[in-house]
Amino acid sequence: MDAAFVIEKFILVAVIFGVSLLIAMYSTYAERKVAAFLQDRLGPDRAGPFGILQPLADGVKMFMKEEIVPATSNKWLFMVGPGLAMLTACIASAVIPWGSPIAIGDRVIPLQVTDINVGVLYIFGVVSLGVYGVMIGGWASNNKYSLLSAIRAASQNISYEIAMGLSIIALLLMTNTLSLKEIVEQQHGWHWNVLYQPVGFLIFMICAFAETNRAPFDLPECETELIGGYHTEYSSMKLGFYLFAEYINMFISSAVMATLYWGGYNYPGMDYVAAHLGATWAPLIGTGVFFLKIFAFIFFFMWVRWTIPRFRYDQLMNLGWKALIPLAIANIIVTGVVIAIIEKF
Amino acid sequence: MESLSNKKKVLEQKPLTLGERLYLPAITKGLSITISHLFKKSATVRYPEVEREFSTNYRGLHSLKRDEEGRERCTACGLCALSCPAEAITMIAAERKPEEKHLYREEKYAATYEINMLRCIFCGLCEEACPKEAIYLDGPIVPSDYLRKDFIYGKDKLVEKPLEK
Repeated sequence: MDAAFVIEKFILVAVIFGVSLLIAMYSTYAERKVAAFLQDRLGPDRAGPFGILQPLADGVKMFMKEEIVPATSNKWLFMVGPGLAMLTACIASAVIPWGSPIAIGDRVIPLQVTDINVGVLYIFGVVSLGVYGVMIGGWASNNKYSLLSAIRAASQNISYEIAMGLSIIALLLMTNTLSLKEIVEQQHGWHWNVLYQPVGFLIFMICAFAETNRAPFDLPECETELIGGYHTEYSSMKLGFYLFAEYINMFISSAVMATLYWGGYNYPGMDYVAAHLGATWAPLIGTGVFFLKIFAFIFFFMWVRWTIPRFRYDQLMNLGWKALIPLAIANIIVTGVVIAIIEKF
Repeated sequence: MESLSNKKKVLEQKPLTLGERLYLPAITKGLSITISHLFKKSATVRYPEVEREFSTNYRGLHSLKRDEEGRERCTACGLCALSCPAEAITMIAAERKPEEKHLYREEKYAATYEINMLRCIFCGLCEEACPKEAIYLDGPIVPSDYLRKDFIYGKDKLVEKPLEK
């Protein structure tokens, strides 16, 4: 391990962290704009041209607001909650391959912080940790509604993690690896996994909506029943962290969906581009394509939010346990049988 | 009980079909509706920069009119105040002096004329009651303000600008 290795990893981590925050920031803006356009409105357009400075104005507002810590709350946990939500949202990006290795001079730099051979498991572990931020915050607030919301979040995440894991197993039967890097490399060109695993992708996407607490599964945050949910008692930047964590989660789960099912940084005609542009610029175009896919998913997240009303709690549980889990198990069986038949003949 | 209107319809609650239980057909339908709105024209008017066009019979801020020679038409008869359902109009009448002939058309005029814009309901009855065609609700929207007293508009704000010679 040489000094250059440490420096390049440090730069990569800093860039990914910065990009995550930037995208989360502008997701708040995009959310309001998409909502407006879908409802025949204009959305924020006062701060800067087309309102592009709106996230800055919101950020300043969040920082300047009075910070209130409820007197009966558990002070320590009350502070840990938003920090944990933010932390788990950010560290999931460590195993995502953002592009094929890029050549600068003689060095070949992988555009992935670390390529561990259990990348998929790592993502799952971190995503399951994400619920602790919500639970701790809801518990520490010492507020009935926040606690109810935290319980909802926990039960929802546990229920949908099972279906998510099962949908991934069918994919792993095909790929034979848990490393995200290898899964992406296998989808070279247009051999995207979604073409072979459409049902698995559908289940995974529905579960991703539930895991990120986005509509139509935003029960932990339903204003009408819970006065805001687990962050009812939060104000100032602590509230900002919770909202931010949600958008980072959305970004990361979009990246995971694009990596596992939609070919990551692969695109049709990439060999032609790589042959003509060389090893420095071609990976950057791949990264651009990857981000386009991510943005498409983020738009889809928002599009769904402004279309579908929230599920009732029993509908949510019915969908998770009685529809998605049996469907995922059937998907595993069909995939296994087809793979066995193909290997036989 | 027998329905008198004969329009009563008994609705049966049928169990959902498989397609309905899957949610997906309904969700795709909903998504296609919302995405179609992405390409529709926005209904928003960017207010301070762009103002919505009023219809010709829109009733806005009152104005006290002048005649062709620039004299105030109002003769302080009080019919507008009487007709006002919101009791928004008050006035004090005064007699015109000979040297004021170029200022007021009639022999009696309104020395003070006040409309409380918080009381006014912009019904236009004062306009209809006026025998001298002196008051019209043809102005813009009444602007917002902080104090109640600032909503009582006197002659300084209501009377039309003098004719330019």
